[in-house]
Amino acid sequence: MNGAHDLGGMHGLGRINPEPEGEEPVFHTEWEKRVFGLNVAVGALRKWNVDMVRHARERQHPVDYLRQTYYENWLAGLEKLLVETGLVTAVELATGKATGPAHEETRNRVLKAEYVPTMVAKGVPARMEIDTVPRFKPGDRVRAINRHPVGHTREPRYVRGCIGVINEYHGAHVFPDRNAQGAREGRHLYGVRFEASSLWGENANKGSAVYVDLWEDYLEPAEE
Amino acid sequence: MVKIEHRHDHTEPPSELELRIKALESLLVEKGLVDPAAVNALIDTYENRVGPRNGAKVVARAWSDPAFKRWLLEDATAAIDSMGYSGRHGEHMKVVENTPKIHNVVVCTLCSCYPWAVLGLPPVWYKSAPYRARAVADPRGVLKEFGTELGEDIEIRVWDSTSEVRFLVLPARPEGTEGWSEEELAALVTRNAMIGVETAKSPKDLGRN
Repeated sequence: MNGAHDLGGMHGLGRINPEPEGEEPVFHTEWEKRVFGLNVAVGALRKWNVDMVRHARERQHPVDYLRQTYYENWLAGLEKLLVETGLVTAVELATGKATGPAHEETRNRVLKAEYVPTMVAKGVPARMEIDTVPRFKPGDRVRAINRHPVGHTREPRYVRGCIGVINEYHGAHVFPDRNAQGAREGRHLYGVRFEASSLWGENANKGSAVYVDLWEDYLEPAEE
Repeated sequence: MVKIEHRHDHTEPPSELELRIKALESLLVEKGLVDPAAVNALIDTYENRVGPRNGAKVVARAWSDPAFKRWLLEDATAAIDSMGYSGRHGEHMKVVENTPKIHNVVVCTLCSCYPWAVLGLPPVWYKSAPYRARAVADPRGVLKEFGTELGEDIEIRVWDSTSEVRFLVLPARPEGTEGWSEEELAALVTRNAMIGVETAKSPKDLGRN
């Protein structure tokens, strides 16, 4: 979706103002810690996947997305998914009072502290084996297809319609557009190099290039 | 809009936001969906256990051991796993090397993808709208804001983390560090250098030479 999250190339956002590296805490407030921990802990119930989480944060009014701090967007996404998947009702969320326990099968999968190190060490690999042959190989010229799906996608607006060169093949990875709809399907994934001038025209920085990982569905062959 | 998360004076009453989060947590606990001890363990993991010192050790080893460096550049996932830093947000790793002619910098324009397994959780600026907007369109201007000025003869490569592949920059080894141990070298490797917005520290920065 063409949401406020798709920020590459946006103007007017001002300076970055980084905090000095040695002085920045991992979390700035107690509530940030809880929002972080709750997101990961509830995520471990596997009622949704990473692309559903991203899409839940993206599906906010653009003004809200940009105004809120990072962990406020995490909170908004979590509340949305809890209600949409039925883990919590809208009434429960509004009142803060449970009208009943969660389903037993769900409660049995609750993340326990002793499992946290294993969960962190295992991660969630996105690589998949698929039957089709990759359509492109390193060195091929490709165009990022000009497409504007209303659902989740990982093809940023700033590459759409632009020509790049396949830099490498990553194997088949879970396809985000379908994963956000709950379907875990693999597609060939490529690292594509775009010369800055191909993306930004006369406003490009000289001598720079942007590498973007793009799934095969986002790409078409480009004429020489 | 510049996002600086504001800090609370602890004499203030809890904000509406804090109350909303407390209510959500107690609801989730009451429903049996969350064990608060697991939430605490997750916070502790990323506050105290997993952070940029992991990545610094990887870089220091690559600077010291040419065979490890080759492995790291060819198959970063396996090379980093051999040091025990794989896992969540490090399942698929790619390391990109800075050379006298190439400087690499990492961003996630669409959200905040970042190699947690080697760098921990990202700093606020990495997740901020101005960094995400500008790193791809004006990397030289962004680097300047970090005090990093590179000649136009140095190519800048920006890596936008749109997939589950996570990027780590291998900074150039600073001059004057011949014979240093891996532990000494690791002290020169900053988080920002591994994101690519800065270069590694020099021995002088550490008060040596």
